[in-house]
Amino acid sequence: MNETKKIIEYSQIDSDRMRINVGPQHPSTHGVFRAEVEIDGEIVTELVPHIGYLHRCFEKHCEKRNFHQIVPYTDRLDYVSSMNNEWPYIMAVEKLAGIEVSEKVEILRVICAELNRIANHELCVATFGLDCGAFTPFLWLFRDREFALAILEKLSGGRLLYNYFAVGGMQKDIYPELKKDIKAFVKRVRETVVEVNNVLTYNKIFVNRTANVGILPKDVALSYACSGPVARASGIDYDLRKNEPYSVYNRFDFKTSVIREGEERHGCVGDSWNRNWVRVLEMEESCKILEQAIEILPEEGDVTAGIPKKVKVPKGEVYAHAESPKGEMGYYVVSNGKDIPERCRCRSASFVNLACLPDIVRGTMFADMIVILASIDIVLGDVDR
Amino acid sequence: MSYIKNITDGFGTAATGMKFTLKHLFSPNVTVQYPNTNPYTEISAVDKIPDRARNRLLLDPDICNGCTSCARACPVDCIEIDTVKVIANDPDQPTLSDGTKRRLWLAKYDINFAQCCFCGLCAAACPTEALKHTTVFDYCTYDVNDLLYHFSTMTPEQIAEKKKLLADEVKAKAAAAAAAKSEN
Amino acid sequence: METTYYIYNLIANSTTELIAAVIVAIIPLLFILPYALVAIYGELKISAFMQDKLGPMRTGPYGLLQPIAEVFKLLQKEDITPDAADKPLFNIAPVLIFVGSYAAFAVIPFSSYFAPSGLNVGIFFAMAISSLAVIAIMMGGWSSGNKFALLGAFRSVAQIVSYEIPAAMAVLGIAAMANTLNINTIIESQSGWFWNWFLFGGQGGIEKIWVIPFTVVMCVIYFISSLAECNRTPFDLVEGESELVAGYATEYSGMKYAMFYLAEYANMFVAAALITILFLGGWSSPLGDILNGPIWQLAWFVIKTMSIVFLQIWVRWTLPRIRVDQLMFVCWKVFLPISFVCFLAMALARMVQ
Ligand code: SF4
Ligand code: SF4
Repeated sequence: MNETKKIIEYSQIDSDRMRINVGPQHPSTHGVFRAEVEIDGEIVTELVPHIGYLHRCFEKHCEKRNFHQIVPYTDRLDYVSSMNNEWPYIMAVEKLAGIEVSEKVEILRVICAELNRIANHELCVATFGLDCGAFTPFLWLFRDREFALAILEKLSGGRLLYNYFAVGGMQKDIYPELKKDIKAFVKRVRETVVEVNNVLTYNKIFVNRTANVGILPKDVALSYACSGPVARASGIDYDLRKNEPYSVYNRFDFKTSVIREGEERHGCVGDSWNRNWVRVLEMEESCKILEQAIEILPEEGDVTAGIPKKVKVPKGEVYAHAESPKGEMGYYVVSNGKDIPERCRCRSASFVNLACLPDIVRGTMFADMIVILASIDIVLGDVDR
Repeated sequence: MSYIKNITDGFGTAATGMKFTLKHLFSPNVTVQYPNTNPYTEISAVDKIPDRARNRLLLDPDICNGCTSCARACPVDCIEIDTVKVIANDPDQPTLSDGTKRRLWLAKYDINFAQCCFCGLCAAACPTEALKHTTVFDYCTYDVNDLLYHFSTMTPEQIAEKKKLLADEVKAKAAAAAAAKSEN
Repeated sequence: METTYYIYNLIANSTTELIAAVIVAIIPLLFILPYALVAIYGELKISAFMQDKLGPMRTGPYGLLQPIAEVFKLLQKEDITPDAADKPLFNIAPVLIFVGSYAAFAVIPFSSYFAPSGLNVGIFFAMAISSLAVIAIMMGGWSSGNKFALLGAFRSVAQIVSYEIPAAMAVLGIAAMANTLNINTIIESQSGWFWNWFLFGGQGGIEKIWVIPFTVVMCVIYFISSLAECNRTPFDLVEGESELVAGYATEYSGMKYAMFYLAEYANMFVAAALITILFLGGWSSPLGDILNGPIWQLAWFVIKTMSIVFLQIWVRWTLPRIRVDQLMFVCWKVFLPISFVCFLAMALARMVQ
């Protein structure tokens, strides 16, 4: 009786399909992401993402820490672009507490965010190449990223987790050679981008691997609320720095890098190649912003003066968002008038962008799955929080 | 036609890439051979550890007045401070290094670097600049308990003595208060 | 062709033939081991310099002892056989893959005075024996009981079997031009100055110039096919680490893994040696009779082969990995037709002569 039941069960299994666990310990899942993949030969027929291996209770922690103490925790969400995580949180608290910051602070924040954006995109392009098997550009970009981190380290004291932004100002003032360092860095980035484009981005093998792979149509991207380079590669003109110019972004001259129908260089709108291309273009735009920012950055002025000892926050709630390299990063802060927030909800770009993965992976090759995952640019600290 | 173009493209872009890698074969490398080169001195300006680097904390117990601002600022609660009040007629007549009178004995000042996240909030909160980040980063140990640093210079006997002095004073005060009360 | 067996005869005359045979068989092994160390070191250093870093620096001066340290590391490691593995096959596979690449050395002449075997169908033997790797990889991948290993093995079989066809076309073209399958004869027919190499159309006057593009294209095709057969980037889908972790070798550890490693480098050398033999005149000096003694021949052979190995390394550290369907596309729709055309041209050149 049992025997027959078993046989019936077995016969119902489609024997041509194979289920593989990709991750959490797999070289290309960018951390501890686990994807349960069903493959038919080389074709992926189903992908079930499993997340949560890196969950660190960020939101619960926030309910126990005062407004200053939360900043180091925000660093650890998307740990490759910490400055951009701190900013929206600081914006939210400042909005709630009604704190105004000086011009120097704002410009310094822009510089930090853009440096970190370049560092993040360099990492993303590098690992994207690595997932396609190109090892050399990976290390060139990592070498350059070191220079961005060195500048940020000289500014803040931290190399990866900066804790540089503070409610009402910055933790430390600028250092004398900042402008010189940034100029040298921008020059370097431009050189490396040319090299990496020639070795990797325009390479025929790479184009064949990534163009027309993992197409995310505009409407699907909209319905999944994708943001950042993922959305812009799908033709959605959405960049908070332009659409809702926060801080002093309206003083800079730069373009949003949107891939529009008919303008794509390779592949089609919304494919992996263009997602990567948006990042390459954004590096150049960030370089432009940096160049303009160091021109108008005032030498004088104390950036630490405005930091209150205890943040006095009235009752209320506020949502503030900013354009992080991965997409829209937002915090919803609820205060009950104490110096500890009642609730701090975080909207992270990686988590939202990752949601579209099963949809665009279905029907592609197994090797494409890795490419698509890499092109979405997730950081598991940001996904799991 | 696109067939031929694809083939020429394939070889052309591969050749371009190989040209660049060949160029890099002869370009100078950027490796810093860490334990062989001293990261504080023998290193180029770019890779040098900046003075602002937030590494191991160092407390100067002669400056610290025991106000516990740092412990309260720490987001991970890794600083533990225990203080004993200095009594009015202490035989030592302690002063801080800036010349002011010490009000609290620093009986215990422990930082657990296994928990510390090097955020720098404690140093920013310190009113006397007694607590500072140094650039020392290579202090790993085999035992995690060795990462619990004790900065207080007081010996247990001294602490016991000061505690006793304080208790005596409290008792004396209480007795005096009681005496004053009974007089009234 | 008594010079081919010079060393063999030398030993056989003073001792017995059996001893001579054993010694001659061991000489390639004595070559492979140091060569593998040099190649591993070279690959580490070249890739490091291309990436603007220093590569191994700690073991010995300039990290010279790094490959040896790695061998010792692998020797020390626990030899794990997974529970789900098919044990006999799992254990045979690494041996088999090494046997395949080692056996190919039997027909590789290092100089006109030394070839382990002067087989009449030498080039055919080399082609045949190097495809033994397919069986070994399939065995290793299948018997591991790991899905990644299985996928890697599947890909490997498809890849190596397909790429043998354009490679065979190239060999066929050369065989037609040299009118033989004997490796020594092939090399001898390219003797003289370097424009006599088959890369430049073989022997003949200025009228052979029309065939040069075809032979050059054929050489490129053969080079790329040999990359695919060695599972080197851009064709390393078999072990593509970002997709399949380590492909067929996922479950291997310790010495068994070292065998795969060694076989990969030995295979690289065999592929490079075959290109040297077929297109670059083997051990013959590029300068006619100048610098053409037995030792010089050995030097020329090693120099030519090592340059090809360098090229393999250079390509590996430049190009991204190709996808499995594109791999098949390139093989069947690009290389195969082109190699047919080239083959026809080369056969025609032979007829015209
Ligand atoms: S650096 Fe941060 S975590 Fe470390 S002791 Fe100071 S406040 Fe606490
Ligand atoms: S904040 Fe400074 S003075 Fe106060 S206890 Fe800490 S180290 Fe001492």
